[in-house]
Amino acid sequence: MDLSTILSRVQFAFTVGYHYIFPQITMGLAFLIVLLKTLYLIKKDERYNISARFWAKIFATSFVLGVVTGIPMEFQFGTNWARFSAYAGDIIAQTLAMEGAFAFFLESAFLGVFLFGEKVFGQKVHWFAAVMVWLGTWASGAFIVASNAWMQHPVGYTIVGNRLHISNYWEVLLNPWIFPQYLHTMSGAVVTGAFIMAGLGAYYLLAKSHIDYGRIFVTLGVIVGLIASIIQLYPSGDLEGQQVAKYQPAKLAAFEGLFHTEQGAGIVILGQPNTATGQLDNPLIVPKVLSFLTYRRWEAVVKGLDAFPPNQRPDSIELLYYSYHIMVGLGTFFIPIMGVACLLWFWKRRLFTTRWMLWILMLATPFPVIANTAGWFTTELGRQPWIIYGLLPTAQGSSANLSAGNVLFTLIGFAGMYLLLGLLYVVLSVTEALKGPESGEGEEAGIETEGGLPGLATGTVAEG
Amino acid sequence: MATLWFILVAFMLTMYVLLDGFDLGAGIIHLIAARTDQERRLILRAIGPVWDGNEVWIIAAGGTLFFTFPVLYASSFSGFYLPLCIVLWLLMWRGVSIELRSRVPSPVWASFWDGMFFIGSTLLAIFYGAALANVIRGVPLDEHGVFFEPLWTDFNPFSKTPGILDWYTILIGLMAASTLTMHGAAYIARKTDGALNARARRILRISWPITIVLTVMSTIATFAVQPQIYASFNARPWGAIFPLIAFLGLLGVGHFAFRNRDLAAFFSSCAFIAGMLASSAFGLYPDVLPAVEPAHSLTIYNASGSPYGLTVGLIWWIIGIVLAAIYFVFTYRLFWGKVTAKEEYGGY
Repeated sequence: MDLSTILSRVQFAFTVGYHYIFPQITMGLAFLIVLLKTLYLIKKDERYNISARFWAKIFATSFVLGVVTGIPMEFQFGTNWARFSAYAGDIIAQTLAMEGAFAFFLESAFLGVFLFGEKVFGQKVHWFAAVMVWLGTWASGAFIVASNAWMQHPVGYTIVGNRLHISNYWEVLLNPWIFPQYLHTMSGAVVTGAFIMAGLGAYYLLAKSHIDYGRIFVTLGVIVGLIASIIQLYPSGDLEGQQVAKYQPAKLAAFEGLFHTEQGAGIVILGQPNTATGQLDNPLIVPKVLSFLTYRRWEAVVKGLDAFPPNQRPDSIELLYYSYHIMVGLGTFFIPIMGVACLLWFWKRRLFTTRWMLWILMLATPFPVIANTAGWFTTELGRQPWIIYGLLPTAQGSSANLSAGNVLFTLIGFAGMYLLLGLLYVVLSVTEALKGPESGEGEEAGIETEGGLPGLATGTVAEG
Repeated sequence: MATLWFILVAFMLTMYVLLDGFDLGAGIIHLIAARTDQERRLILRAIGPVWDGNEVWIIAAGGTLFFTFPVLYASSFSGFYLPLCIVLWLLMWRGVSIELRSRVPSPVWASFWDGMFFIGSTLLAIFYGAALANVIRGVPLDEHGVFFEPLWTDFNPFSKTPGILDWYTILIGLMAASTLTMHGAAYIARKTDGALNARARRILRISWPITIVLTVMSTIATFAVQPQIYASFNARPWGAIFPLIAFLGLLGVGHFAFRNRDLAAFFSSCAFIAGMLASSAFGLYPDVLPAVEPAHSLTIYNASGSPYGLTVGLIWWIIGIVLAAIYFVFTYRLFWGKVTAKEEYGGY
């Protein structure tokens, strides 16, 4: 693989990995905001509405970052992956274009109503706008997953000359790969949103500020978080595993660091893959579990990497192995964290005063983002060496007319710009979170500007 | 079918320029049109609820171009690699500047983002004009439909290997910037009153004659660098309707600008832009990307997607665009009328 292609891969991985931090937050929060808004309409408790408005602010910042970092994604197919685009554009761009037509227009229209229209249109329209924004973000996710699913498991095509033509639209849209991947991605996003909500609530309770809201956030966060974390493991994670075992066995072998085909293969808890010697260093293995999980038989044979010629194996086995283990490892911890928190909540609401649990919830906030990112690394590195599984090698999908120097130039540019954007995002979100839900409530938003105090102080005044 | 898609993609790109054009224009004029913090926030308030939706048109047009003309998408995006990445950075930075400006109550913070909003908007307008100019003039496509152009070479008017930025493309870029200044000024005049409205009207009246001069220069230059355009209009004289629309639109802008009819001036400006873009598309057809060596040109015949893909695409596209039109009518009706200091700023 030439240097220009490698740099294009790094650039795509970096920009899409960075971008995906924001959609998972917005997809998760959009769902939780709908819940808050619905609770408000049912219970008529103003605090739920204030909570919804507060999370809408965090949502809006994340949404802006998601939009601006998302624009380069579609365009990079053409700029850096021209041969892939010319080869498969007839199919892959159907779902990408549908995202624009069906999701982005919807989102942008109703987000305006949701953020600016509460007073003008009243509560029912505001609730409706929240639901539409939620549906818009999730529809967007569906089209992107459909596009990725097709690259993982191409269907509904014919080869005409040196290009692919779409032969069956419904086959592409109803690709069996989509459902498990979509369920897994969406529940992953909800886990992220729920951990953020619970984490901030836990902070409020620990800091003894905005206590009412801390309770609402922790409650909603841990209940939704537990359900979503369980869905993440079963059925969605399990279904994805089955699918990988069936259609991409080399990927599965690399996940597990399984260098040699084994009967009754064990599952690796720890260990470092050593591709030079073809074994796992310092292994900690539970015997036979992998065979059972994959084929539901303890003695089933699982193919190892040695069952595939070298040019059919993923090309970064180490990174793939770690991505998979980070994803699964973190995902496994999420369930007991949220499970214990839920038990404490059901047990006479002791959760609100159990400081060690609140500490765990607060510190756990960023880990779902890491797990989701590792998850995308897992599925994308595992698809290698193919850009379209079984049809087009990655090395033949890049733009042949780009020099490495030009790609490195833009890669550095993206890195610099994203570093700045990341700093801005963190500063603004943390400021907003520390101000708390009551800030700006009741006062005329935006009138006092010049010389006004940066909001940190107003949060404590408004409290109580 | 490919012809229909040529028209539809041109339509989407035109919609993008008409809609995002006025918020780009707002960015170009806001430093001079709006003096106080409150006035600048009013400008953001005037475009705030809609700019994101306007920008969706370029994403949607990009996606549509991708599946209807995959070969064109691959060839042009990789060939224009550097300017496209720069456009992406500008789009990002400008979008952030709109949304983050009023998030920290500090005059220094606000000034910084005001400057970024201006720079981003202005450079984007120039780059869009230059991009169109490059497509019109043609690029050095080889027999595989591949090319790569540097950002600039020697700026020599007689250069055999012009870069993406040279005298012709920068001329069109300036013309685009001037046009969008006019377009944005008309929009802001329509959306505001008082001192802000008066200044926007003054900018509108000044940018109008500048746009006329640049349009005449650009038109002459375009006929000189791309003879195909003249040939197209000669072969199909009915196409003269498009330049005629542009001409009447430009007249209308001046006519209404000096009678303080902001909305009519804005719609005239829309007609001018749409007429100019339609003329360019009409002049290029059936090429989608002319080559320096005409035999290598990408056309609607050799760059389009499969007939089946184009047919199913049309079905969902119509549904999607009808829905989008409903949202847009809804949103624009909602935020119709002037923005005033009294109402809530909605975060801006």
